[in-house]
Amino acid sequence: MRTRPQISQNIASIARVRVGARGAENPVKSLNSLDLYDVRGLLTEDEQMVQDSVARFVDGKVLPIIGECFEQARFPKELIPEIASLGLLGSSIQGYGCAGLNGVAYGLICQELERGDSGLRSLVSVQSSLVMYPIFTYGSEEQKQRWLPAMARGDAIGCFGLTEPHGGSDPSNMKTVAKKKGSDWVLNGAKMWITNGSIADVAVVWANTDDGVHGFLVEQGMQGFDTPEVHHKMSLRASVTSALYFDNVHVPEANVLPKVKGLKGPLSCLTQARYGISWGVIGAAQACLKDVLGYTQTRELFNRPLNHNQAVQLRLAEMARQITLAQLLSLRLGRLKDQGEMQPAQVSLAKWNNVRMAINIARDARDLLGGAGITTEFCPIRHALNLESVITYEGTETVHQLVIGKEITGVDAF
Amino acid sequence: MKILVGIKRVVDFSVRVQVKKDGSGVNTDGVKLGINPFDEIALEEALRIRERGTQAEVVAVSIGPAEVQPQLRTALAMGADRAILVETGEVLQPLMVARVFHELVKRENADLVILGKQAIDDDSNQTGQMLAALWDRPQATFASKVELKDKTLMVTREVDAGLETIEIDLPAVITTDLRLNTPRFVKMPDIMKARSKPLQVLKLEELGVTAAPKLEVTSYAPPPQRVGGKKVEDVTALVATLRQRGIL
Repeated sequence: MRTRPQISQNIASIARVRVGARGAENPVKSLNSLDLYDVRGLLTEDEQMVQDSVARFVDGKVLPIIGECFEQARFPKELIPEIASLGLLGSSIQGYGCAGLNGVAYGLICQELERGDSGLRSLVSVQSSLVMYPIFTYGSEEQKQRWLPAMARGDAIGCFGLTEPHGGSDPSNMKTVAKKKGSDWVLNGAKMWITNGSIADVAVVWANTDDGVHGFLVEQGMQGFDTPEVHHKMSLRASVTSALYFDNVHVPEANVLPKVKGLKGPLSCLTQARYGISWGVIGAAQACLKDVLGYTQTRELFNRPLNHNQAVQLRLAEMARQITLAQLLSLRLGRLKDQGEMQPAQVSLAKWNNVRMAINIARDARDLLGGAGITTEFCPIRHALNLESVITYEGTETVHQLVIGKEITGVDAF
Repeated sequence: MKILVGIKRVVDFSVRVQVKKDGSGVNTDGVKLGINPFDEIALEEALRIRERGTQAEVVAVSIGPAEVQPQLRTALAMGADRAILVETGEVLQPLMVARVFHELVKRENADLVILGKQAIDDDSNQTGQMLAALWDRPQATFASKVELKDKTLMVTREVDAGLETIEIDLPAVITTDLRLNTPRFVKMPDIMKARSKPLQVLKLEELGVTAAPKLEVTSYAPPPQRVGGKKVEDVTALVATLRQRGIL
């Protein structure tokens, strides 16, 4: 007991000397707890403006209602017009009523939306990366004219059908088939875990044909096309998840995506969406850290605030470290994307790392909140539950690890 | 008509402001900066006047170092037609800002100047009034409703007694209160469009305005920590305590 004050005095005096020595030309600044490396400082003025605008929308319109939406398993459909008018749907597309932003800006949109809720970010991911992107990239001019402006305005919602009830990690074992009959195609089969399925006006459905996998634009109301909603979810409760059933659905030739054949079609879409997810989950993690920083500052236990304990500080510091790494990873990935250099394996690494980072932070933040952490008053439990989906969809963690394994060994172990 | 709108860069409203340890100012290191909320309301009102069908050019004006350009770009993305930055490293004080606006009003032949009633950093609440005096034109401060009728404005003001509606002739100065409107969100396509909108940079000296600060700030201090209340046993103790504090 006697030596303790002595030691701490020594440490304090060392600290003073260091601060003094640095002080002359490198003054000590206070940092942003949610952005320790000032990654925002690496963004262009336009990118910062994008982030600020979406952040303000999320603060003003999403955060006040999202806890209740999650609790009631209600998708806040009323937000779609505003999301659309902000230009968040298909924001990377040039023309067709879209903003034409770069990849980093799209990432920031995802980050701010997911700071609100993964379900809302999922809506925008699916609409932008999984539906508008393939129509823009692989569609005919008529398909683009028909769907893209309407989807940018939020007048039409899209969904993406690749995963099937028997599993999602092995898309080459696709059982949904399309057979040519006269001038039409006839679709049979089922898709599962489809975000936006029941509210979609158009589904980009991937199906096997005699000539390999093709993409079909299946429209709501086509005979034999059914989209029942998945209920009893404990995750993404503020988002619509559905099954898609095809019972002899006749799809005209004009609804086939003409410019792509094979699994590279859907996989290229997933690369876009996974890229956005790697940014999005940073927002979820930041929201959790923010909540828990506030709580541990005011909550007193054993006559001192929680954050006066080393055990608590270690956990908070770990969260800040993980968020910083993820931010830098995604920003570098975004810059590569905007140079046209981004590779799918790099996207896999970012999706794997960042979603794992976010789910660990959300769970630990939930724990630090104690009993208070089990209601929707604080966001970590909602984010933790949402991230159970996010770590599964768009390639499970294992799938991404195997993608990296294949990249560095040259051996396909799938 | 031509509408000038003042855009001041301040510490973002969501940031908890910290006073520097030596009391020389407020810490702005690593702190998010944004447009003064009352100025956003001013810009929104100018845009609404234009959108209601009045032919109007909306010019966003800021005074300060080159670093305030992002706030002007944001104003352009919200919908201002062009922007003017009066560049200076000097400390801004209300009279100087009013003089700058007066010079710009003359140069631009402005019909209306809309300013925030105050900035959330120094809470001066003087610039609009000073500008009206320098310009010798009517002022409508603390506006919560603005209606333009030809060459006159009907302005509802938030005053201590409630609401007061006045009619003033253009050209004029309006300062905005919180309930005038809710500023719009910046839309993604408009961020791209804002790049190509003109942003003119003038030096303070070009306008013939000298800083010559009239006010001297001696020190900054955070508000005292709140102390919890005290419970007394009964009415007698209450009266005694109030007497003791000199309240009764």
